[in-house]
Amino acid sequence: MPDTPVLELEHVTVQFGGVVAVDSLDLTIQPGEIVALIGPNGAGKTTAFNAITGVYKPTNGCIRFKGDILEEDFPQGKMRKLYRGRDAGQYQKRVVRTPDEICRLGIARTFQNIRLFKQLTVFENVLIAYHCHIQANIFASTFRLNHREERRMRDGAMALLDLVGLADSAQEKADNLPYGKQRHLEIARALATQPELLLLDEPAAGMNPQETDELTSFIYDMKERFKLTIFMIEHHMNLVMDISDRIYVVDFGKRIADGRPEEIQSNPAVISAYLGVQA
Amino acid sequence: MPVNKHRKLSPVLSLAVILLLLIFLIVLEQHQASNRMVVAVLQKGAILAVAAVAMNLPNGFTGIFSLGMAGFMSIGAYITAILTIPTDTIESVYYISGVAGWVMSIKRALDGLPQPLLVLVALLIGGLVASLFAFLIGIPVLRFKSDYLAIATLGFSEIIRALVASPQLDRVTNGSYGLKNIPGFATASGSGALLIPFAIAAVCIFIMVLVINSSYGRAFKAIREDDIAAEAMGINLLKHKELSFVISSFFTAISGGMLAMYMRSIDSKTFQVSLTYDILLIVVIGGMGSVTGSIISAFLITASKEWWLRFFDQTLYIGNWQVPLLRTGFRMVVFSVLLMVVVLFYRRGLMGDREFSWEDILGLPRRWRRRRAVTAAARADAAEAKDGGKHDA
Repeated sequence: MPDTPVLELEHVTVQFGGVVAVDSLDLTIQPGEIVALIGPNGAGKTTAFNAITGVYKPTNGCIRFKGDILEEDFPQGKMRKLYRGRDAGQYQKRVVRTPDEICRLGIARTFQNIRLFKQLTVFENVLIAYHCHIQANIFASTFRLNHREERRMRDGAMALLDLVGLADSAQEKADNLPYGKQRHLEIARALATQPELLLLDEPAAGMNPQETDELTSFIYDMKERFKLTIFMIEHHMNLVMDISDRIYVVDFGKRIADGRPEEIQSNPAVISAYLGVQA
Repeated sequence: MPVNKHRKLSPVLSLAVILLLLIFLIVLEQHQASNRMVVAVLQKGAILAVAAVAMNLPNGFTGIFSLGMAGFMSIGAYITAILTIPTDTIESVYYISGVAGWVMSIKRALDGLPQPLLVLVALLIGGLVASLFAFLIGIPVLRFKSDYLAIATLGFSEIIRALVASPQLDRVTNGSYGLKNIPGFATASGSGALLIPFAIAAVCIFIMVLVINSSYGRAFKAIREDDIAAEAMGINLLKHKELSFVISSFFTAISGGMLAMYMRSIDSKTFQVSLTYDILLIVVIGGMGSVTGSIISAFLITASKEWWLRFFDQTLYIGNWQVPLLRTGFRMVVFSVLLMVVVLFYRRGLMGDREFSWEDILGLPRRWRRRRAVTAAARADAAEAKDGGKHDA
């Protein structure tokens, strides 16, 4: 392997009570790749995302970011008896990070159901994302001793809006944007945190074919421009097959297939998971 | 472009209004003997404006539903009171159980300061102690959300009140007897009665506005809008909630200190939960998330409560007929009805989450004209549609 992978999931299991939402998921993403995670509804895709971004902590397993341990956990307390996933007892360390730390390390995300700061302007939405790398403390920031940093944040936000084609509606409320543009804004806001890995949770949900095409080229452009690695959950097969380098398929929390788009299309396990046909 | 014209005009207008206000205050200060009521309303309005903006910072801007205002105000009020009561008369205030030795030594140490500086130092110490309390309370409490947080902070404020009134602290807070002989804003000659509270209020509110408009203020607003998204954008929720809470309680305590100076005598009952509700009322009526709304409503509510509605408290005879209902206390009934009317018609407060701006005011005639044109056009369309319907028939 030439590079250390950007993201590595090792036996990641997330269990809620008796339900194993993600079951011993293994996954590797190399720098510069676009990887898609697909699967039927309720397969545990978003839960896997939430485990990576620290919203849920894994019950068992290890997540590495650029070779360093991002999160690692093992069944403990009440969960030790309740645990129904696999690979118990393999991990001993406990590393838990909060979503904001993980974001500052370089993993940004968007949400399945858009979560913009609705009452704020488009410009403010992007500007707030620059706050995560702020150097000044609150006193300096209050009395504008950091005007150079503030200027840089504002210029950066404006340039980014220009790039994603939202500069004209910079002063509009985010809530008043049309649906497709809200999706673009969410991606722009994630880009403003200067990530290396971008997690997109169903970026094309609710879009018509033309909007999906636009989004496909947009994601590709952004990936090239910011030298990103992209990991996304998506149901639009056109988009997935168009731009992803590799695809992971999960069902009932388990990985059932992985490979290049054309391999996945003809994989009997995948077809059976999606259509319910006996393979 | 008229909008640009307005933008250039607005600083000039603001400056003019501030100058007029300054002149008005100076003139009023010289004639305060004949205008007791106006002076009192303005003083209290300025104090409550600070408290309201400070309460708006967590509640309206950060989305923390905190009801601990009265507790922080009492910390500020008691510290300001104890430090500013003249050292030579303090024994007469604590006539029951005497003053604690360490309180006296602090007071002696500060005795050399000239009066205005002493007040400033007292207010700042009050603010800092309240922020320390807020910081410690915030660590466990700010992990709660909405109603739970409100109940926890409410409980904190009651604990402070009970502590202040407890007999164990008799020699510090004078227990349930309260403190009196607190020097007011005015010096012996009566100058500064208005200018001092207004100056302190202006500085406090100005700093809070700077906080709100800074990068951290934007992060507060992000937490209010969507805490999950804010956290995913790298904003440490607990740290930023703590910051907002601590800053808010600092300025709340300063307003508490000013309240002590305004009332001249305080006891633990001054800082009951109802004080928090009074401020919450101002914030809600002014608009959650609007600084100017809080300021305007602080003055409006104080004036209508204490002054404009006094009329309803006096029995009134027309000829021999006594007008019914007008008696002591009726003013509060009218006040409550007015509040309900305001809340019905301005569901998000007088200002919503917008701020006052000259551009809005100066743009009004244009907008009215446009709206009239639009409704006229709509009416014409409707009439045409009706005609069309007839032709079809």
